[in-house]
Order: sequence, then structure tokens, then C-alpha cells
Amino acid sequence: MIKLASEAEGAFASFFEEMQDKGAPKLRAAAWAAFADRGLPNRRIESWHYTDLKAALSKPAPLAKASHASPALPRAHDSLRLVTLDGVFRPDLSDLARLPEGVVAQSLRDALEEGAAEVMTALASADLGVDDAVVALNAALMQDGVVLRFAPGAKIERAIELATFASAEAAQSSYTRSLVILGAGAHATLIETVASLSKAPAQDNHAMAVRLGAGASLDLVTVFSGDAPESIRLLSLLAHLEGDAALNSFALIEGEGLARRQLFARLDGENAKAAFNGATLGRGRLHADTTLVVDHAKPHGESRECFRTILDQQSVGVFQGKIIVRPGAQKTDGSMQSKALLLSENATMNNKPELEIFADDVQCGHGATCGRIDKNQLFYLCARGVPRREAEALLIEGFANEAVETLDNDELRAFLSERVGAWLSRRIAG
Amino acid sequence: MLEIKNLHVSVGGREILKGLTLSVKAGEVAAIMGPNGTGKSTLSYVIAGREGYDVTEGEVKLNGENILGLEPSERVAKGVFLAFQYPVEIPGVATMTFLKAALNACRRARGEAELQTPEFIKRVNEAAAALGVPQDMLKRPVNSGFSGGEKKRMEILQMALLQPKLAILDETDSGLDIDALRVVSEGVNALRAPDRSFVVITHYQRLLDYIKPDTVHVMAKGCIQRTGGPELALELEERGYQEYVAEEAV
Repeated sequence: MIKLASEAEGAFASFFEEMQDKGAPKLRAAAWAAFADRGLPNRRIESWHYTDLKAALSKPAPLAKASHASPALPRAHDSLRLVTLDGVFRPDLSDLARLPEGVVAQSLRDALEEGAAEVMTALASADLGVDDAVVALNAALMQDGVVLRFAPGAKIERAIELATFASAEAAQSSYTRSLVILGAGAHATLIETVASLSKAPAQDNHAMAVRLGAGASLDLVTVFSGDAPESIRLLSLLAHLEGDAALNSFALIEGEGLARRQLFARLDGENAKAAFNGATLGRGRLHADTTLVVDHAKPHGESRECFRTILDQQSVGVFQGKIIVRPGAQKTDGSMQSKALLLSENATMNNKPELEIFADDVQCGHGATCGRIDKNQLFYLCARGVPRREAEALLIEGFANEAVETLDNDELRAFLSERVGAWLSRRIAG
Repeated sequence: MLEIKNLHVSVGGREILKGLTLSVKAGEVAAIMGPNGTGKSTLSYVIAGREGYDVTEGEVKLNGENILGLEPSERVAKGVFLAFQYPVEIPGVATMTFLKAALNACRRARGEAELQTPEFIKRVNEAAAALGVPQDMLKRPVNSGFSGGEKKRMEILQMALLQPKLAILDETDSGLDIDALRVVSEGVNALRAPDRSFVVITHYQRLLDYIKPDTVHVMAKGCIQRTGGPELALELEERGYQEYVAEEAV
């Protein structure tokens, strides 16, 4: 018998009762047990020290109900789209029929019903994020999502978007889990969009598990937004890389409320390469947390993290980056960099880089900085005739671009630069 | 063109300029020479409008208008240009983006139409060719990874694009080898015009072999100590600044 202390945790127990027989019962039960054992994390849990989820989630909103509405969905780029709306995959809003050869998509619900071994194994995502209450809760309560499989050797040039929208007018909680499997040597470009269509304070917990087979490569761009000040948005990426696989990811976090993006990655084959880059644009009272754990399990791995956090008004940024190098993972090359730019006296940044190195022949470095707009740079621009506000905007944009420019894909880079530009225009407009 | 009268400037409560008076006519090239720490760079920053320099007395007029109350960008619009002793690196901001923002901000402020991209690129390419600035440099972020000489060439390129009325060159010769010095000087000489004045700040006479001044001013202890013709620079080269500094001991 599980005993949960708070009223909030009681609400989750009732969600679990509702979801426990909706496919993958063992997986759900194990995940629920893991969650119930810990409860919601508070500041005493080290990896949640700067984000008190227990305090924030004291009143869980009801579990999302499937919506049959077909709202107009914003579309910013030319990609094939797979839509999950209010916790339910919507084939009618998706480009299923247009997916190219070599790609198969189905709803998580259907996949759980089928119970294919490959999917069930991948969904459990080995032991990634196993200690994390949010990942456990996601597995216990997953309502739906997308299972996307790329055949071995499939080279898909066109970007595919996994879009998760919330549209309800009242607060609700939705839990989705998507699974992306790339066969050996496959290549894909994914855009992960998480956004809200309403001003209701959603409480979302979304996760994506990606498995890259030997020599597979994935470019992944995440745009994580939502404008409701009271919203609580949790987004996890669980990435598993085999030998010679390459994952190149970039995440843009903006909006309002509490947003936490977590990354758990394991480089589980020789010569695996992973880049986790991102930019956060904070205004209002946004609390934006990026927490990542990159686990080098095999030799000759390479990981790169380049994060830029821009904080205006009362926004708060958190960056926690942990790089683990296991005893056998010799010749690991890791480099992590988090820089924050504070635009207001009231903004706060918390930087916490961590290295846990158990191999003796590795190269690992990290750097974390936090500062204001550089006065020398500002004066230089103004001394060339650029008015102060415009000069500030150029410098802020340049700061964000240092991370955006890690992307090789011209179209995606332009798309992200545009988002940064739009944020700056709103800032200038007040 | 430029009239500075009895200028007193403090930085962090310490007086650096102590009643400096200087007049530069339209079309004139005025050299300011002096030892380290006499306020030459302070003078250039005050004219350009940098924060943190408190003008406690005196005035700076450009074509009869007091510019001390203006924002740095407004001064640029009026025709002031400062070529920095140490041009600032701005990683993340592309050089072309920067040049376009600067040029079009000036054009807007001067009531001229903004340049469209093709015309803008044409102008930059012309200026770059004249100064031997390779295309590769234009593709990098502002001054990032540039050598000292490359940074100075880029300063002159910006000057050529912005077409100022008063250009202040703050130790443009520092960090330059002979070849770079020649290229940069030719760039400056090409911009000499009857309606454009230059204030050339330098330690050494060498730069003045390439950019021939009309007047030479010796600056020490926060003021202009002596004014003369080009021959004064040669005299300084021979005798040093000792006599101007030594007075302090008296």
C-alpha cells in the first residue's frame, strides 16, 4: 500500500487509478511505485534545488480530457506535422499520409495496445532519468503521444514536427510520451513544439524518448513555449545513443510560468556524439530550468553543451549540467558552457555545472558565466550611430545567436533567429 | 569645425582633463601628441560621448553646436566618428549586420533613405577592396578573431561608410606593422576633404609621415601645452616629451 503525504500526491494517485489499465501495466506500475516512493521533489532534492516543484504543484489540475475541437494551429515552418492536442494524438490534424517512405508513425495508445517488444523496451528507456520523479510520473500517467520509427538507413531530409498543444480554456494536466527510434544509419530532422493555444494555466508533463541505432543521426530542435503565468510545464528528453550515433539538439525556451526542460542522455557506444544546445528568453516571471545529465558510458564519446540564457524583468534561470564519464569511457571529450545575460536588476540566474569523471584519460571542461550587457560593446555600437535600444537588441540577439549558430540546418537556424527577433521586438515594444 | 573650450573632465572623481582648449578648422588634420596617461584617450571618449566621463566645466562644439548633452549615436549622426584604439570584439553579431545597422541608423538620423541590401553590399565591397579587407573578414562576427591590423582596417572601413565630418583616430598606429600602417593611412588620406576634419592622436611621429598633419598639438597634464606646425612633431621625436612632463616637478 502506497502512502502519499500531500493532497497533491493524492490527486496523482487518482490519475494513476484512471490510467493504470490503459496499456503497459507493468511499466506504469513500476513507474508509479518509483514516484510514490519519492513524491514530488522539493528543494532538498539536489537536482531540484532551484525549482521547488512540490510547492508549485500543490494543486494538480484535472487530467486532460480529449478534445474533439479542431482549432487553427500555428505553423511556422514547412515540415510534416504530427499533432497531439490536449493529451491525445490527432491523426485528423496530422500529415500521416504524407510521411515519406522509411518512416512509420502511430499513436502511443495504439502502440501500447499492440505491445510490440521493440516499442515496450524503448519506452522503458533503459534506466534514463530513473531517479527523477517527473520522468516516473510521466511514465505512470502517459495518456498518448507519437511513436515514430525510422527504418535502418532511411535518410529523411524533410523535417518532421512533433507538435504538442494544449487548447483547454480551464487548467488541466496532460501527460504525453513520444518515442523516436532511428534504425542503424538512419538520419532525421525533428522539430519538437510544445505550446499552448489558450491562456489557461496548463500543468503539462511531456517526455520524448529517442533511441539512435549505430551510426544514426538526428537533428532535434525543441521550441518550448506557453504564455500563462501560472502554468507548470515539464519537458523531458531521454536519449540513448549507440556507437557512431550523433544527436544534435537545440532547445528554445520562452513564455511564462514555470518551465523545466530535463535531458537525460547516455552515450552507450564508441564514438557517439551529442550536442545539447539551447537558448532561454525570459520575461515577466518566467522560471526556466534546464537540467541535464550526460552519461558517457563508452570510449571516444563527444558531448557539447552551449546554452545562452537571457533574463529580463523578474525572470529566473536555472542551468544544471552534469557530465558523467564512466570508468571505461576513455578518450571522452566533453565541453559544457552556460552563459547568462541579465537585463534587469530583478532577474536571477543559477548556474550549476558538475563533472563526475571516473576515467583517467579524458578531456572535459565547463564554463559558466553570468553578467550584464557589456558596456564596451554597447558603447562601440552607439559610437557607430546605432541608438542605444537598438544596440542593446543587437547585442542580445548576438548573445543568443552564439547558441543558435551551433545549428547546421540553415532553415531551422533562420526560423530560430526569427523567434529571437520576435521576442526582442516585444521587449522593445514593452 | 571643432571648438573645445576650457574642458575639465573627471573620471571616478579624479580630474583628467584640466582646462583643455583646442580648435580644429574644417578640412584640417590636427595631430595630438603626448606621453602616456595625459588624457588623450579621455579626450576622444568625451567627444564621442562615452558614459563615466564627467564634464565639470567647459564646452565642446561641433559646427557651433554644443554636443555634450547628446547621446553617442546622436553625435555620430551629427558627423562625429571615433576610430578606437582597441576596437571591441562582439561575438555573435555578424559584421555585415553591424555595418548595415550602423549605416542605416546614421542615414535615418540624417534624414536620408535607408540603403537596401544590394546597394549596401556594393558600398561595403568597394570600401573593403580599397582597404584590402578580405571578404572572409566581413563574414566573421564583429572584430572576432581579427588581428590588430585587421581591426584597424575595419575601423577605417567603417569611417569610409559613415562619411563623418570629424574623425578622431585614437592611436590608430598602435599594433600596426609598416604595411598595415601604409594601407590604413592611405585609407585615411583618401577621405581627406575640405569639409572633413581629423584629430589624429598618436605617441609617435611615424604615423605623421603617412598622414601629414596641418597642425600639431602637444598634450600633457590634461591640457594642450604647445601648438605648432608639422615641424613640431619632428622636434618631439628628437627631444621627447620630457620638458612638458618635467614642469610638473617644478
